[in-house]
Amino acid sequence: MTTPTKGVRRSRYGAVGALLAPFLVLFTACTLIPIGYALYLSLYTERSSGLGFGGAETVFTGLSNYTRALGDEAFRAGFLTTAQYCLLYIPLMVGLSLLLALLLDSALARARRFFQLALFLPHAVPGIIAALIWMYLYTPGISPVISALDAVGSHPDLLGSPLPAVVNIALWEWTGYNMVIFYAALQAIPREVLEAAVVDGAGPLRTALNIKIPLIRASLTMVGLFTLIGSLQLFTEPMILHGVSPGVISTWTPNMYAYTAAFERGDYGLAAASSVLLALTAAALSFVVTRLGRGRAGKRTEVTG
Amino acid sequence: MTTLLSPPRPSVSETERQRPRRPWSLSKTAVNGTLLLATAYTLLPLGWLVTASAKNTGDLIGGRALTPDRWNLGANLSALAEAGDGIYFRWYLNSLLYAGIGAVLCAFVCVCAGYAFHVYAFPGKEKVFGLVLLGVLVPTTALALPMYLLASELHLVNTFWAVFLPSLVNPFGVYLARVFCAGYVPGEVLEAARMDGAGELRTFWSIGLKMVMPGFVTVFLFQFTAIWNNFFLPLVMLSDNRLFPVSLGLYSWNAQTRAFPEYYPLVVIGSLLAVVPLVVAFVALQRHWKAGLTAGSVK
Repeated sequence: MTTPTKGVRRSRYGAVGALLAPFLVLFTACTLIPIGYALYLSLYTERSSGLGFGGAETVFTGLSNYTRALGDEAFRAGFLTTAQYCLLYIPLMVGLSLLLALLLDSALARARRFFQLALFLPHAVPGIIAALIWMYLYTPGISPVISALDAVGSHPDLLGSPLPAVVNIALWEWTGYNMVIFYAALQAIPREVLEAAVVDGAGPLRTALNIKIPLIRASLTMVGLFTLIGSLQLFTEPMILHGVSPGVISTWTPNMYAYTAAFERGDYGLAAASSVLLALTAAALSFVVTRLGRGRAGKRTEVTG
Repeated sequence: MTTLLSPPRPSVSETERQRPRRPWSLSKTAVNGTLLLATAYTLLPLGWLVTASAKNTGDLIGGRALTPDRWNLGANLSALAEAGDGIYFRWYLNSLLYAGIGAVLCAFVCVCAGYAFHVYAFPGKEKVFGLVLLGVLVPTTALALPMYLLASELHLVNTFWAVFLPSLVNPFGVYLARVFCAGYVPGEVLEAARMDGAGELRTFWSIGLKMVMPGFVTVFLFQFTAIWNNFFLPLVMLSDNRLFPVSLGLYSWNAQTRAFPEYYPLVVIGSLLAVVPLVVAFVALQRHWKAGLTAGSVK
């Protein structure tokens, strides 16, 4: 390698700047500045002066928007709903997609390409349309599912229990997508490792539990992380069920709370504070998940090493 | 080591014979049956959407099964074309513009940045890249409200740009592009181009970009889907329904179905048409989305 002369180095920095600038400018404008602005907004409250004709004045109110949000029963209820949703949805989705990936990866599976495509296809359906389809399938009269269940004598009220209804929509949208991620990771496991397990007499179940799953831990962590962040932002699906399912009120999730605060009540300070709280929760939980993933992986290398 | 310590194992043929007797052992029928069941779960709702699109309002709301003599697809399509002076196809065109142009530009911006991160060493590189990765974790919906307020200061609310510009940013795309560059762009080729006296940007344009094309298509595909599916940002930004993308348009129609049941078939057939381009893209570009999900998962 020849040491680059000063001129070459300068032209390289020029190239770096030219290549990175478009992304960094957009990233700053559409991510960093909005974050800063949300923080700023959350510290101010708009008070309409007098009769309301003089316009509103913005007053610095410190953390009062945060205490207002946290003190609001509806906001806390939204967080509770999201927590319940995460506890029901994430284990189900990760378990199901992992199971399907392992089945597809087993030597017994046929038509792998077809199954991969067919299971992935719901990802091509916009969330709003997925929610619409399922809303129709939940609606008595329209839904063939309900007529079939009626025929066998059970009369379920699918719209009456919003949490499972929303979890099912999310499962439909995301199981196949994450199955493909797990399947790709499983396919990347070196064949020698698996052959060694077979030679050692491990059956398919033991190979899956003791060898395959530990080896795709990185994928599990990543899927867990993205699923968690996505789940915290729950909005589209309940927005469609809102108005049809009496349980889904306009502040059902923290995101719906922020939306309602901003666009129905015009309370931007409160909306910003609740968005910031949501983002902080996401950051804290992402930290925990990555630590868990890394911590376990670290322990494993210690044991084997 | 283990081979020496472990007790003598039965020969392979013996284990083969024993296997079906084990209670937890998997049979071919069970494996493929489970996969088929899961496929039924993912495909049947889409099948319902297809048949529902050919029903008239009464049959749709009444849940009557579709029979050939009650085939109403043509009438539904013409009702869709007439509703609100063909507003649906305007939404469709908007979606194609937002998603098509947006995804091409986004993929280009991501590949430029990913290439720079892969090829060059510069001070603070990994710190900047770490910041980009943190951007992946920011809940996008938390950004929509401040973006709306910023856009209203700049008088951009309720314009094409309010939805278009934010959709050009995808930190995960930069990450993917860097992974793809590491796989597709060997350093020696670039070195050879430099020896030939090609400038840095010229090398990128004529060599690097071509080599990383599969990565470009992958980022494009995922971003196209993301923009096509985006609902929250247009909902916040747009009030003029002539600027709506399909997702928001269908949402606004769905809100009317209570008062006007004749909107039901419009929502259903509109949904079907909105799904078609993505399904076609994903069937046609299987190699690319699989590559994207692999690159995202293995690293």
